Amino acid sequence: MSDGAALLRLAGIHTHIGRYHILHGVDLAVRRGRLTMLLGRNGAGKTTTLRTIMGLWRRSAGEIDFDGRPIGDLETPDIARLGIAYVPETMGIFAQLTVRENLLLATGPQGFDEAQLEAVLALFPALREKWHNAAGSLSGGQKQMLAISRAIIEPRRLLIVDEPTKGLAPAVIQLLIDAFLRLKQSATTILLVEQNFHVARSVGDDVAVMDDGRIVHTGAMADLAADETLQRHLLGLSLASHQ
Amino acid sequence: MNGALLRFRAGDWGAYAILPVMALATLPAMSFSTWLTLTVAGIAMGMMLFLMAAGLTLIFGLMQVFTFAHGAFITLGAYLAVSVVAVMAGWSAAESWWLNLAVLAAALLVALVASGAAGYVFERVIIRRVYGAHLRQILITVGGLIIAEQLVVALWGANPLPLPKPASLRGSIILGGAAIEKYRILAASLGLLAYAGLHLLLNRTRVGLLVRAGVENLEMVEALGYRIRRLFIGVFVIGTALAGIGGVMWAFYQELVTRSIGGDMTILIFIILIIGGLGSIGGCVTAAVLVGLVTNYVGFLAPKLALGSTIVLMMAILLWRPRGLFPVGAR
Ligand SMILES: Nc1ncnc2c1ncn2[C@@H]1O[C@H](COP(=O)(O)OP(=O)(O)OP(=O)(O)O)[C@@H](O)[C@H]1O
Ligand SMILES: [Mg+2]
Repeated sequence: MSDGAALLRLAGIHTHIGRYHILHGVDLAVRRGRLTMLLGRNGAGKTTTLRTIMGLWRRSAGEIDFDGRPIGDLETPDIARLGIAYVPETMGIFAQLTVRENLLLATGPQGFDEAQLEAVLALFPALREKWHNAAGSLSGGQKQMLAISRAIIEPRRLLIVDEPTKGLAPAVIQLLIDAFLRLKQSATTILLVEQNFHVARSVGDDVAVMDDGRIVHTGAMADLAADETLQRHLLGLSLASHQ
Repeated sequence: MNGALLRFRAGDWGAYAILPVMALATLPAMSFSTWLTLTVAGIAMGMMLFLMAAGLTLIFGLMQVFTFAHGAFITLGAYLAVSVVAVMAGWSAAESWWLNLAVLAAALLVALVASGAAGYVFERVIIRRVYGAHLRQILITVGGLIIAEQLVVALWGANPLPLPKPASLRGSIILGGAAIEKYRILAASLGLLAYAGLHLLLNRTRVGLLVRAGVENLEMVEALGYRIRRLFIGVFVIGTALAGIGGVMWAFYQELVTRSIGGDMTILIFIILIIGGLGSIGGCVTAAVLVGLVTNYVGFLAPKLALGSTIVLMMAILLWRPRGLFPVGAR
């Protein structure tokens, strides 16, 4: 992977949570304009990696560069302001706020850009009907749509999404796959964590696989998708059964 | 249908109905005029409690700060009222609505500014260092309250000070056969005004949107690119400023100011926050009026029980709704 093309680069990242040593030297490059899948078993450290990028956990060693600039010491809001949108595993929806208010929070002081809003609502028409409803009243799939919409309601340079399809019905998962494919057309750089291998092979360009707090494999998603032995070796049976 | 109506959840009915139910349930136990007097007294007391508690519910809800020093800002407001009345004694004694109201307005303004400024300093110097550390918050704010009471003694002396209401704010008007103190109507109106202002601020402005979001999930607010520390300062200043004007209103109501006037309210304020649900302004005003009503009704019907009645009320509400009437957020 040529580092020059990397928008985001992690080098030797160690992260401790309390007294637990969770990340043991993560090296990861997310290339511009591509969708990078971050895969790995439960507890491999995927969420911890994303939270470390966002400054929600502090790295204890290593460097994080965004667009060639070190961001490891920045505060979370300042990292976000560089143009990084983050959809956490828990979605981070504000349940008591309306759908509209949830989206409004992600816009600048001037509020919604009508064209951008229309584009997002075209991606997820269900949100239009729930516009004035409390987000807490949405279904799980609608909440995920809202979380992703909030991440793309303004143009961002990097989109980081943690397990968006967890617990969702196949039809909704397909909708999210279509949404990611659409986003790829606009050359958005995306870092996506997934457990669902079908999703990963459908949308991923590049792939990095984590285990026990380290990256144990990087390459093209298509290559991993074609190699079942490697999949089983890297990801175990749990992922293979998703196919 | 508008958004607010659509957002109305079936589960909220009980919480919304509790005030009218409580008020009407006591009607058969007394004459109508007595009931009306007590009800107005309860609402007025409730709205003053709301002024004192509103800031704290936001501070708790948004920043998860356990501060026991909130009473100090109430006390500051109360003593500033004494000083303002001392300076404007002539206007306060004059038989003129306008001059009297001017005295009250001046006291409110001075308290608003001074308590807000003191709150700013308190946040910058002390609270800022203890975000996320609850035990240290409790210790340092209890210490802060003690120091504040000593400062009050140094500035205004150890003896309780009288604070007569301005002339035309004394006495009652007769309404429906009941004597209703003028001051209570004024206090209730001011509380309502503050509630309306806070409601608009929270529901119609970007800052309010941020506060409501932050009460639910601070981390996500940060991940959206907002620097929450500035929000914290703003909420702290608004909260302490409100406590200051609550202190002014409460002091004129009591007509006597002691160094513990604010500290004495601490337990009642905490009860209101717990009943209302931490971080909820609607819950805070409902709970404050509920406490005001119960205190007045029980004080009339069974004076010996008055002291414990609010605690019993809190326990009953918590059995019914363990996270208060209007729980906010998922934490
Ligand atoms: N707050 C925490 N305190 C202590 N340990 C934690 C905490 N969060 C995560 N861990 C531990 O860190 C390791 C990595 O967790 P992480 O959530 O990053 O894994 P993941 O790859 O996202 O897993 P999953 O697929 O289940 O979401 C796990 O062993 C987990 O138990
Ligand atoms: Mg995870």
